Amino acid sequence: MFFRTEGITKRFGGLAAVEDVSASFEKGSITAIIGPNGAGKSTFFNLISGIHPITSGKVFFKDNDITKMPPQQIARLGIGRTFQTTNLFEQSTVLDNVLIGHRLRTKSGIWDAIFRTAREKEEEKRSYEKAMQALAFVELENVVEHPVSLISQEEKKRLAFALALATDPEMVLLDEPAAGVNPDETDGLAYLMRKMADHGITVCLIEHKMPMIMSLADKIVVLNHGKKIAEGRPDEIRQNEAVIQAYLGGEVHAPVKQY
Amino acid sequence: MPNVLSKRTMMIMLTAVAILFPLVFKNMYLLQLLTLVFIWSIAVYGFNIISGYVGYLSLAHAGFFAIGAYGVGLLTTKAELPYWISLFLAVIITALAGALVGVIALRTKSHFFAIYTMCVGVIIYLLIDKWDSLTGGVRGLIGISPPGNIGPITFDSLTSQYYLALSFLILTIFICYRIVHSLLGRTFIAIRNSEELAKTIGISIMKNQLLAFTLSALFAGLSGALYASFIRFIGPQISAITVTFEMLMYLLVGGIGTLAGPLVGTLIVISLTQSLQFLEEYRMLIFGPVVVLLVLYYPRGITGSIETFIRKRKLQKVNLRKEEHEVKRDVGEAG
Repeated sequence: MFFRTEGITKRFGGLAAVEDVSASFEKGSITAIIGPNGAGKSTFFNLISGIHPITSGKVFFKDNDITKMPPQQIARLGIGRTFQTTNLFEQSTVLDNVLIGHRLRTKSGIWDAIFRTAREKEEEKRSYEKAMQALAFVELENVVEHPVSLISQEEKKRLAFALALATDPEMVLLDEPAAGVNPDETDGLAYLMRKMADHGITVCLIEHKMPMIMSLADKIVVLNHGKKIAEGRPDEIRQNEAVIQAYLGGEVHAPVKQY
Repeated sequence: MPNVLSKRTMMIMLTAVAILFPLVFKNMYLLQLLTLVFIWSIAVYGFNIISGYVGYLSLAHAGFFAIGAYGVGLLTTKAELPYWISLFLAVIITALAGALVGVIALRTKSHFFAIYTMCVGVIIYLLIDKWDSLTGGVRGLIGISPPGNIGPITFDSLTSQYYLALSFLILTIFICYRIVHSLLGRTFIAIRNSEELAKTIGISIMKNQLLAFTLSALFAGLSGALYASFIRFIGPQISAITVTFEMLMYLLVGGIGTLAGPLVGTLIVISLTQSLQFLEEYRMLIFGPVVVLLVLYYPRGITGSIETFIRKRKLQKVNLRKEEHEVKRDVGEAG
């Protein structure tokens, strides 16, 4: 299996934010993680990208145990991510944002910087090309020189994709990529995610927009109160009683009180 | 027009002015003042690397300045080593001290980092002040040797010391320029902008911060070493926390996180301090509010504000060109 978690658990004090979650993602597929607010979706992302240490359980990426790795090492192995609040370098230009994305594939240090060595020049050129390629992929070539503070919300979402792509990932974790954009723009972002998957990049996303998920995802994992309550194809999830219960609350067949 | 004012031409012109200055003005007082400005600027450039580009406010900077100064002082007077070897060793010792402090200090963030480094600064001050047998305590260290000869070049006159300080400043600015415009500089700025994001795009925060902190201590040490051999007397007060805040003021006025900022700020504030000397301590009554207003309305200082202005103009032009292009195309289509 390309990527899998084995019973991962995260406790904050006495509270289990994520409890015994096992899931697996196939290469080049799109997996959506859904669940009510506070279900532990973002925590799940933070665990597998190394931001929070895992309390128990294991994470495997291409059969390497990455459970205890720090985030920068996980990124180097090929897992990129975006954040729920569009997390970008606001003061820099669009191009500068994406340029730094390729830094993890370069080696130039202080001496290369001071003496402007051949390696520095070559790596700068490579970073630039990679950045332009990523920006072309998300169709942002026309705002390359703009400061991030001046581009639209939807452009920022696509820029966050480009930044993740510039790290040369094999898998991307997208935290609510379509939050706060209108339906037309949502379609555009869904198209981009499909395009990533078609290019062999495994996509895993957290999302609340059900119509988009149902048409986009190859597989859905449902979390509730930190536990996995269902996993399957969109049509299976749609029928799943535990899922309906989690979303609507109470019993599926709530007893109707007679007065 | 843009060619005349390009950055490169400006830099060459400024360097030429600085080189020709002592030949035109024979004013010893001005020469002394400028030499001091150059020496302090080197320390402020170091300050700018960690506080301006990486975004960690280090308040131990005067401490590192003092380590460099006492390093040269003690190595030339007590160990009686040749000047240039002492200078080299003093700078290396300061950088090592910086690395050592950094390993611990960089585990803290934002306010805690500032407080921790301030404590380090105070500890360095106390060490210098109380370790009588080594540093001479409050009496200070006198008779520090001036820069030694390099072949036929001597550094006895004020003019030659001016050129020495200028050369080191140009070297410092050159190194900072290269760093800021490299992948490493971009890495520093990425950490300043968002540590969380930097981490997820594969940047090791600690490694880069430690490098920046060590570099910043190195420049503080170099500045201190040059200061000691220029003034030839040093006391514990050069490591006082007020000295750190003075350097911070130079940096804020000039522009934190800009390349020209440290020099511009140091030049302006030191010149102002000198011309307001008749006010004695009360001059802080003027500086205080000016710095507060500057931080409120121009948080990126003088250079930073100019840069922002130029960038906005450029962007307007880009947009205008785009609009013109679109209008032409529309007209073309209509025709």
